[in-house]
Amino acid sequence: MRDADQGAGFGLYVHWPFCQAKCPYCDFNSHVVSAIDQARWKAAYVSEIRRIAGLTGPRVLDTIFFGGGTPSLMDPDVVAAVIDTAREVWAPSNDMEITLEANPTSVEAARFAAYRDAGVNRVSMGIQSLNDADLKALGRLHSVAEARKAFGIARDCFDRVSFDLIYARQNQTLDGWKLELTEALDMAADHLSLYQLTIEDGTAFGDRFRRGLLRGLPDDDAGADMYEATQELCNAAGMPAYEVSNHARKSSESRHNMLYWQAGDYAGIGPGAHGRLTLNGLRHATDTPLQPTDWLRAVETGGTGDLTVQPVDGAEQGLEYLLMGLRITGGIDLGRYRSMGGAPLDRAGLERMVDAGLVEQEAGRLRVTPRGRPLLNAVLREIAP
Amino acid sequence: MTELAYIRNFSIVAHIDHGKSTLADRLIQLTGTVAERDMKEQMLDAMDIERERGITIKANTVRIDYPAKDGHTYVLNLIDTPGHVDFGYEVSRSMRAVEGSLLVVDASQGVEAQTLANVYQAIDADHEIVPVLNKVDLPAAEPDRVREQIEDVIGIEAHDAVLISAKTGLGIPDVLEAIVTRLPPPKTGDRDAPLKAMLVDSKYDSYLGVIVIVRIIDGVLKKGDRIRMMKTGGTYDVDDVGVYRPAMTSVGELGPGEIGYLNASIKQVRDTRVGDTITHEKRQTETALPGFKPSIPVVFCGLFPVDANDFEDMRDAIEKLALNDASFTFEMETSAALGFGFRCGFLGLLHLEVIRDRLEREYDIDLITTAPSVVYRIFTRDGEMRELHNPADMPDPATVEHIEEPRIKATILVPDEYLGDVLKLCQDRRGIQLDLTYAGSRAMAVYDLPLNEVVFDFYDRLKSVTKGYASFDYAIEGYREDNLVKMSVLVNDEPVDALSMMVHRDRAEMRGRAMCEKLKELIPRHMFKIPIQAAIGGKVIARETLAALRKDVTAKCYGGDATRKKKLLEKQKAGKKKMRQFGKVEIPQQAFINALKMDS
Repeated sequence: MRDADQGAGFGLYVHWPFCQAKCPYCDFNSHVVSAIDQARWKAAYVSEIRRIAGLTGPRVLDTIFFGGGTPSLMDPDVVAAVIDTAREVWAPSNDMEITLEANPTSVEAARFAAYRDAGVNRVSMGIQSLNDADLKALGRLHSVAEARKAFGIARDCFDRVSFDLIYARQNQTLDGWKLELTEALDMAADHLSLYQLTIEDGTAFGDRFRRGLLRGLPDDDAGADMYEATQELCNAAGMPAYEVSNHARKSSESRHNMLYWQAGDYAGIGPGAHGRLTLNGLRHATDTPLQPTDWLRAVETGGTGDLTVQPVDGAEQGLEYLLMGLRITGGIDLGRYRSMGGAPLDRAGLERMVDAGLVEQEAGRLRVTPRGRPLLNAVLREIAP
Repeated sequence: MTELAYIRNFSIVAHIDHGKSTLADRLIQLTGTVAERDMKEQMLDAMDIERERGITIKANTVRIDYPAKDGHTYVLNLIDTPGHVDFGYEVSRSMRAVEGSLLVVDASQGVEAQTLANVYQAIDADHEIVPVLNKVDLPAAEPDRVREQIEDVIGIEAHDAVLISAKTGLGIPDVLEAIVTRLPPPKTGDRDAPLKAMLVDSKYDSYLGVIVIVRIIDGVLKKGDRIRMMKTGGTYDVDDVGVYRPAMTSVGELGPGEIGYLNASIKQVRDTRVGDTITHEKRQTETALPGFKPSIPVVFCGLFPVDANDFEDMRDAIEKLALNDASFTFEMETSAALGFGFRCGFLGLLHLEVIRDRLEREYDIDLITTAPSVVYRIFTRDGEMRELHNPADMPDPATVEHIEEPRIKATILVPDEYLGDVLKLCQDRRGIQLDLTYAGSRAMAVYDLPLNEVVFDFYDRLKSVTKGYASFDYAIEGYREDNLVKMSVLVNDEPVDALSMMVHRDRAEMRGRAMCEKLKELIPRHMFKIPIQAAIGGKVIARETLAALRKDVTAKCYGGDATRKKKLLEKQKAGKKKMRQFGKVEIPQQAFINALKMDS
């Protein structure tokens, strides 16, 4: 692992903020508009990449990730321009991972080959459910058959394909989920993201939930049962969890996401994108305006898409590393935690967690055990400084 | 100084929301006592809590000059009295300081229990009473029915009740005329006799010290006088005398029949006891005014700072509050579960809530309030009696001969469609019915109830089963023996002393079950399962198990979420501070009070 000195590598995150329709559970920064001036967006992205390269200086670029919104609504030539510019300003690593999030519709599948030609080598598809009625309830625009077809096309185009499912949905039973997950594991390639449905404030579901109109959600115990079944089935299928909600065959983890969980550097461009960049030896947090037009205007007239660029002190860096790093099976390197300036952990809490078998400390690393992982937030409250 | 014939001293008796404060505002406004631009609502209620809850805690007074139709200008002194049962004694003193009352009744709601209690105080004080029907402009007003009700229920003449709308100002001139023509002037008053004045109330002002509201009976009070409080024995030099208009306004002297304030560099409200008699140090009156009673707290609870570091701040705050409230007592208490805090005594539940709110708001201290308890009398086998203010101090039951508890006489007025629910509630709370009568479509139930069944949530329950239509008042009757035991609560096998309570043996299982079920909801799941038990002595009478937490993890967490996640953790850690650790278990501060609320 390229951990300690060089950080955990360097990636580029590109946020495409548009969707054809807003999903009722989604609290990501996404917008529905009638027309998108793709050329204008292309120019803005390219300009941002060049600006940030000026700040970072020469670096080895390990990953690019197109997230959204729905990046599979991007013109392939916008994707190509981003990739080409990034390759030009930074030194691409030999095995650079370039991921694009895609919706599994026929329209988008038709663009897969073009994305591949632009340099994308991994897609992550938002399939969400293998049940047509539930797809409707989740506000998805595709059917199961369409998703399976699009997934097949993706597998033909790309070496690496992942897809997302959401579980603990309204009226979902444990047996229903097991059946669905078994089907999903049959079709899976090398990676799966399995998210328990979370009701977020500011979403349609959040609104309905507050008004008591979102019925049939599994209770905490039922949700925990589904989580446990998920682990069992995935382990048996050779796709164990390497992070709370992410499963992969060996060496097929999302390298870009691992950057987040291992406190690597990442540049974030596009509306609402966050970044963490080591500049002149000091780690900085960046963020950008949420509104697409605000971001475009800032880039075009102000010359920068960044809203704020703030230094992150050692204690905060440590806290982020702890919060993010304990999500993955490898946990955190305690030496690195200390050297970045992390505050001492709550010793008594840590002891309690170790005694309870929820946390383990070994060879200078701190890890949450498989039993501790579903309780991670509670564990963090105990051990965080 | 005004001739007695041109003085009218009066109070306003009304139920909450029947318009007492609005009427007072209108009287002040119409007589030009306050310039229009300085008017605000509830002129006389100074404290935020008074304005917010629409209640009066401290007596206030205002002097109004009124040129009457007979060509004379009268001095009208209004004493705005506290209106709540907790402050019954203070009300009775205020009533003794005036000769008449306006009885304000909402013309659609009719007479309420609280009105009754206060109007009886007025009758006891020999007041002339002028009924005033308010809100007659509302479509639901039924002045004829309410007049009849006043005659039936209270037994006073109401055919010439003044009809008003305090809100619109309708009828206010008639009220002023009625005060002058129908209420009597002060009966006696000898300017040349030794000073005799009643201490009506007092309050602390951070600039001036203690301000005392007085009613002069005989003699004259002037700036520079040396005065003596006959009960407490304190002597003071008077720095200022004056009247409220309603702003403090100095006057040269206060003579017989007048009501005003005095300021004599008194440091603590504690030194000024409501009902005390004030006289001159040199030329003392021979007899003090009758009826003085020291105030005795009847409800006790523990108050603890959530954050143990706040203890010293809390001590300061409590001492400051106590300066302004002689009826509130406190002593330091140590709880195994909650650390250092105070055992505090109050006149009643409202008084408790007011003090707690003020500590939290004015002094910014988060508090844990333990179960309110009444004062039990423990008779031991060796023939001694001791008062128990805190269930945690209950002696070994083997040494106890018997226990007595305070009982109250409760009067409840309720529309008859809710009567069944009210009777059931009283029955469930170990009540004994003393009387049940009807006046029109309303029933009046009188019950003998144990105070401890009432102190906590009786009033809330009563309001809820009657959709707010019942009104309630009570008076303490005395002590009676009953089969009482201490119930303790164990969380994760550790006793939580702050949750222990005295209960009737026959109701212990029910209370224990309810308590355990409530705690199971109130305590968040932990990473291990937690037994919750109620016990009498060593015997467990109820048990619940709080299952272990199984899942608490954020499903999605990527680059953009790091900042948000960090904030969430900080918030959660702050939330943890609001919990108290009992062994391995954290109990949220709200749980201590909410665990006691019963659903029936």
